Amino acid sequence: MKNRRYLLWLIIILTILAVFIDFPSELPLKFEVRGFKVSQKISRPKLNFQIGNLRFFRDLEVKLGIDLAGGSHLVFQADMGEIGTEDRDSALEAAKENIDRRINLFGLAESLVQTSKLGENYRLIVELPGITDVNQAVDLIGQTAQLDFRELSAEATIAAALDDYLRTDLTGKDLNKTQVQFDPNTGEPTVGLEFNDEGARKFGQITSRNVGKPVAIFLDEFPITQPLVREEITTGNAVISGEFTTNEAKLLATQLNAGALPVPIKVVEQRNIGATLGSESVKKSVQGGLIGLVMVILFMAAYYGWLGVLADAGLIIYGLITLMLYKLIPVTLTLPGIAGFVLSVGMAVDANILIFERMKEEVRDGKSRQLAMELGFGRAWDSIRDANVCTLITCFILFNPFSWSFLNTSGMVRGFALTLGLGVLLSLFTGVVVTRTILRTFSGKEVKK
Amino acid sequence: MNWMRFKWFYFLLSAVVLVPGIVSMVLFGLQPAIDFTGGSLLELRTESPLDIKEAEQIMVDQGFEISSIQPSGENQILIRLQPIEKEGAEQIKTVITEKFNQEPEEIRFETVGPTLGKELIKKTIWAIILAAGFILAYVAWRFKDTKFGVCAILAMFHDTFILLGTFSILGHFFGVEVDTLFVTAVLTILSFSVHDTVVVYDRIRESQKLLPKTSFEDLVNKAVTETLSRSVNNSMTIIFMLIALLLLGGATIKWFVFALLIGTIAGTYSSTFTAAPLLVVWDKLAKRKK
Repeated sequence: MKNRRYLLWLIIILTILAVFIDFPSELPLKFEVRGFKVSQKISRPKLNFQIGNLRFFRDLEVKLGIDLAGGSHLVFQADMGEIGTEDRDSALEAAKENIDRRINLFGLAESLVQTSKLGENYRLIVELPGITDVNQAVDLIGQTAQLDFRELSAEATIAAALDDYLRTDLTGKDLNKTQVQFDPNTGEPTVGLEFNDEGARKFGQITSRNVGKPVAIFLDEFPITQPLVREEITTGNAVISGEFTTNEAKLLATQLNAGALPVPIKVVEQRNIGATLGSESVKKSVQGGLIGLVMVILFMAAYYGWLGVLADAGLIIYGLITLMLYKLIPVTLTLPGIAGFVLSVGMAVDANILIFERMKEEVRDGKSRQLAMELGFGRAWDSIRDANVCTLITCFILFNPFSWSFLNTSGMVRGFALTLGLGVLLSLFTGVVVTRTILRTFSGKEVKK
Repeated sequence: MNWMRFKWFYFLLSAVVLVPGIVSMVLFGLQPAIDFTGGSLLELRTESPLDIKEAEQIMVDQGFEISSIQPSGENQILIRLQPIEKEGAEQIKTVITEKFNQEPEEIRFETVGPTLGKELIKKTIWAIILAAGFILAYVAWRFKDTKFGVCAILAMFHDTFILLGTFSILGHFFGVEVDTLFVTAVLTILSFSVHDTVVVYDRIRESQKLLPKTSFEDLVNKAVTETLSRSVNNSMTIIFMLIALLLLGGATIKWFVFALLIGTIAGTYSSTFTAAPLLVVWDKLAKRKK
């Protein structure tokens, strides 16, 4: 009983916190009560604190993607002066891949990167949601890729960490180009590296020092591959082999090319653009969504009576907490993201419907309401758990938290997986804990009568 | 009720919807939108702001395939559309001049690459296959029987192919294209389908424990009877949302919502009328072997 009371308080506190955070940051208040005029702005502070080295700043605004709210449109001009004509297309593709990777690292999810050609002009179009920190983003994107080769320090053991790799003097400048090749004997895809004379000499020294040991290749301070050196290579032509699929080999070659064919890019244009979906369309869709939500709430109340009303209360708490999480994490909300959210609302409602149908059955069997309620929750739990675990499995793989290269690392699919996964976890909490606590609290009183 | 008596009828109904879609997939494939293929980018400046919706309409009337139109400044619009030549750009400027009585100035006209690579689609398909494998293993483990896992995944692919097939037919006959949003819709339906199926299966599992002597077919009948009202109620809440969005929502997301609607209906149908009968058929075949 005591536990239950704590839970109730926890839910109440969470809800109040959520309402506080969900509130718009500034709310103008203007009304008149019996000639007494009130006109002021209520404003909510922003979160800004520091724990140790971790700085935590959230302005607590909902971040909307380009499709819903527009953002910044940047055009980069690639300087192909140093690149041979036949390599230009792959250099542009490498630069694009590189920008994509940096954007994802920087946490600028839901961005768009596109190559563009106009006669002899090679360009990259980048669209970023929102307009915060554009300059910082431009600096980050505009950097030329830094590729360098690193070797293990003499003291390093077999279980070497990334910190144990030391820089060598061999960098992307010494690499002419890389391309996917096929092993003439096995037919397996490999990645071929072609060094210039200077690079061949340096690479020869490094490989002679490291036979039997790994040499790591870092792009922008991140390791992209750590091949093992089999023998000293002085010809200036090296091959990285491994259990590659053709696509993996292609990706590695593109990443290496970003360092080998570094294309300096500079911003030639930067401005704000409107939403791709059109503001009118977004407005209409939000209206449609709200009307749909009201219909769901009415349906639940009409079909399940007081149970439905309580479930609706749980659903509203669910909505508030979800919005709070979106602001805290922060999640960039796009249309696919909203689809994930709507589906998770459906699943939250489903958890309640499952429980209520079970309760009805138990009541039909002649059990008391109180007992039927407890039994209903218990029986429904198995199916709620298994159904939601399946959804979470899908979310996990689509989100690809370890950034495995054979799965996608793109913003769009990840955004969808994140909102759906969050929604399912929360719906488990609200559908089971919140609704149950509310039900127990209210039905308890009824029994005492 | 003896639902399973009509199991072959349910399969036939599925086949009636599935086969034309799959044939269309094989013959015509899907119509990829500019998101996947790349195209042209045209930016225009006018003296006073244009009504973007009207501008889009007149371009569509001229037979241009528009991917997106965004306002890109005070009196500027940024159009992403199918690959066009110089003449196409001139034609667009002409119709805008005629319609709005002002001559647009061309700021940019370029050829752009796809915003979504083929790579993304390939990787997403791999992710789905991997997820299907894990779900199969999880369901088989939880239900202590491989047939539950396999049949749940079969029902999931049933729904996916209905969705893909429908859009292939729509694409061929009405020029409906699949874009980024469609990919999301497919992912949503995959998750929904499995979710719905597991709920029906849970009832079979529970009855198995309570009534060990009842035949498998009767257990399935019982489970279907017990879960049908829940299945329909739950789907109705989602369908309410979607129909509200379809009727009241913006034109840009019409096909996205439509895809979700098809998928939800297929998913609801399949958990009762595909996933459950498949179990019965499997059970019969397994018994016959013995």
